Amino acid sequence: MIDLSVNFAGIKAPNPFWLASAPPTNSGYQVMKAFDAGWGGAVWKTLGVPVINVSSRYGSTNYRDTRMAGFSNIELISDRPLIDNLREIEEVKKYFPNHAVIASLMVESKAEWHQIIKDVENAGSDGIELNFGCPHGMCERGMGSAVGQEPEVLQRIVEWVMEVATIPVITKLTPNISDITDPGLAAVRGGTDALSLINTIKSIVGIDLDSYAPYPIVDGKGTNGGYCGPAVKPIALNMLKDLAQHRDINKVPISGIGGIETWRDVVEFILLGATSVQVCTAVMHYGFGIVREMDAGLRQFMMDKNYSTIYDFAGLALPNVKDWKDLNLTHKVVASIDEDLCIGCQLCYIACEDGAHQAIGLSVVNGERTPHIIEENCVGCNLCSLVCPVEQCITMEKRDSGTEFISWDQKSQRNEIPVTFNDERAGGLGHWVPEPASALKNGQRRV
Amino acid sequence: MAVYKKPESESDFYHNFAEKQPQMSASEAFIESSRCLFCYDAPCITACPTHIDIPLFIKQIHTGNVEGSARTIFDSNWLGSACGKVCPTSVLCEGACVYNHENKKPIEIGRLQFYATQQVIEADKHLYGPGLPNGRKVAVVGAGPAGIACACELRLMGYEVDVFEAKDKPSGLTVHGTAPYKITNEQALNEMAYLQDQMGYVVRYNTPIETKGQIDDLESKYDAVFLGVGIGPTAELNVNGESSHRVIGAVEFVEELREKQHQMKVPDRVIVLGGGNTAMDAASESARMGAAHVVLAYRRGQEDMGAYAFEYDMAVRAGVRGLFHVAPIEIRDTDDGVAVTFIRTQHLNGKLEFITGSEFVMEADWVIKATGQSKMGSFFSLIDSLQLDTSRRVVVDPITFQTSNPKYFAGGDAVNGGAEVVNGAFDGKMAARGIDDWLNKK
Repeated sequence: MIDLSVNFAGIKAPNPFWLASAPPTNSGYQVMKAFDAGWGGAVWKTLGVPVINVSSRYGSTNYRDTRMAGFSNIELISDRPLIDNLREIEEVKKYFPNHAVIASLMVESKAEWHQIIKDVENAGSDGIELNFGCPHGMCERGMGSAVGQEPEVLQRIVEWVMEVATIPVITKLTPNISDITDPGLAAVRGGTDALSLINTIKSIVGIDLDSYAPYPIVDGKGTNGGYCGPAVKPIALNMLKDLAQHRDINKVPISGIGGIETWRDVVEFILLGATSVQVCTAVMHYGFGIVREMDAGLRQFMMDKNYSTIYDFAGLALPNVKDWKDLNLTHKVVASIDEDLCIGCQLCYIACEDGAHQAIGLSVVNGERTPHIIEENCVGCNLCSLVCPVEQCITMEKRDSGTEFISWDQKSQRNEIPVTFNDERAGGLGHWVPEPASALKNGQRRV
Repeated sequence: MAVYKKPESESDFYHNFAEKQPQMSASEAFIESSRCLFCYDAPCITACPTHIDIPLFIKQIHTGNVEGSARTIFDSNWLGSACGKVCPTSVLCEGACVYNHENKKPIEIGRLQFYATQQVIEADKHLYGPGLPNGRKVAVVGAGPAGIACACELRLMGYEVDVFEAKDKPSGLTVHGTAPYKITNEQALNEMAYLQDQMGYVVRYNTPIETKGQIDDLESKYDAVFLGVGIGPTAELNVNGESSHRVIGAVEFVEELREKQHQMKVPDRVIVLGGGNTAMDAASESARMGAAHVVLAYRRGQEDMGAYAFEYDMAVRAGVRGLFHVAPIEIRDTDDGVAVTFIRTQHLNGKLEFITGSEFVMEADWVIKATGQSKMGSFFSLIDSLQLDTSRRVVVDPITFQTSNPKYFAGGDAVNGGAEVVNGAFDGKMAARGIDDWLNKK
């Protein structure tokens, strides 16, 4: 029996699929529609002193025929009066008492924080999320990421909040910082009940080649936006890992945000320690119905792996994410090409030839173009298998016995690492590389 | 039962001859171009007789550089637009696409090529112009694919070029000999006009070169002559009764159809003789003109036909019935048509033999002969020491396309005996370079 329900720092929800604080949670209408469609929680569009927005507000990175592989916005927090939002929060909770409604907040003074916390609690919110992440507009006014980038300020505001809050508090972090554990620790020290990340990444998604203005263009000009969508997932996963592996931070639960669109994304975030996920871009692209795929996929995964709750596998990937210095240097894989599957595009050849280690040769087998691996040159980098358009055509085969283990760390302790520029212990010493001049076609260039 | 109704109007005609490869919309082109893998040493380039850098032009479509894409195409092939339409892509570039090895649909290279070139043609965006005049003059005989490609390339190098064309239109068999569902007259002629506007060669229409006097004149006025004369009318069958007015040549049939379209009246019963691509075209087109009973009669087996399998399949889908291992031995006029006597054939010890006593008669309104075209033998005899091979094709150097008479260069059907537009386009371009090399060395 699969039970997707979560208790996230005391915030209960029927499932871990939550809407991130963003345009899809701008109104009670949208949140009710989302709950009806299957979402378990919603972080309301950030409340504060209402703003005035610009037009237009969004830009996107399209890759080939994929639209919105990355997405950027310059929209600010809610531009609707607080009272309207509070009334709608109250109404949503009447219809959906068991779903999580979390109020995202962003104000300046201690007095404002104390007041707005009371207001959203009175409206029936199940939790509060502190928006210390918005990297555009609001940060120019000393809020959003301007707070998230100053751990001391962040901690002080968390403390203000914790003085009065009677419902769970989530602190949402900005990724626009060199070490995410600094603000993470500050939030925990300030007493936060939970963390969420990532907020959007400062970005310019593109320049219009006629007006030379950045997207989105507002009357011929633009500004940096906040980047999100599938393209940012790798950054989010890494920051999630940093928090989830930190002994002083992982005491509090973490809500994962950043490019989540499919059940696979959800599972990956959970495996790295998230116990709820928040989604925005996928909904802005496909609507609330996208949750059907996440829900069905997550259930299938749990059924296949025999898990009954998400806590059964939360964080299971964390022990496998190591520092580089702890990886096994004796592990050796080499590429192997399945000639029957190969379609002869030779992308592996040119990728290895120009971009890696010249370890693939060209040959014709039974009249078909079939590249072959030159095993002595192959360093097992994976590039060929990544560029190959045919699934399972290029696989990496293990060549080491699997019985030895030695890491850089161990090697350094044993004094076996290169320390001078021409050290004979260099890993690439003796690796074959072609003569430089053999790169030039015959006689095209002379010394 | 006929698949097609007889076309009464131009719109009926275009309905029956709906484009096999309709022009892509911008978004279709965008999506399709995204599928290209950008193969290294791409097999499609090798398969293209003009070696267009196909992955590059496809990538250029995708990145919104459609003008650059068209330039990539025309850089290799002056008839890039027509070739996108009429090339047998399934046996050339698209047939070589690596996706075929994965049972995926190959990239629609022909349609993408037509899309890119059509954008610049429709916008009348000139990509080339004549080079600085070099003071030399070349005569081009024939305004078909080979002749026009040669003229364009020569103009690029600064030659003055006069093209002599027997008919009243350029493009040769691109218009006159290609099925209308492959390319419309307008599409073919638009590219011709686009090229001539840019390159500024002169075309003298309705000017067949037929006499020794004309040849002498060309030789005295021009530094070199390119022969892009193609091949002649449909060859004789050497069968009794073939002089009947109900027996017509396939080349002439296709040409008349292109000219008259729905105003041409094709009768109900048509027998097409032959097994090549022209026979397929004639049979397919007869059916599309509403002929209820079209029989394609070929003296060998289906597998022996010279036509591409996809061309035969198309004819069958249009309602054509194939009849194999039958040879016509006599044609007789009847009150309301012709009676063709066939004899069945068989392969015996590698030879095709008639089966005695197997004769049968089939009646028809028309017999269309698609059994090969005669060569321009009498024309070639006007030129001194012009060497022909045993099939009466002009012999040329494979690199320079120079003939045995050094002043003459030749390409296209006159040299290969009848191939694709793309082959003519390649020959013409190469011959222009051959002419330039030769004149520079002189």
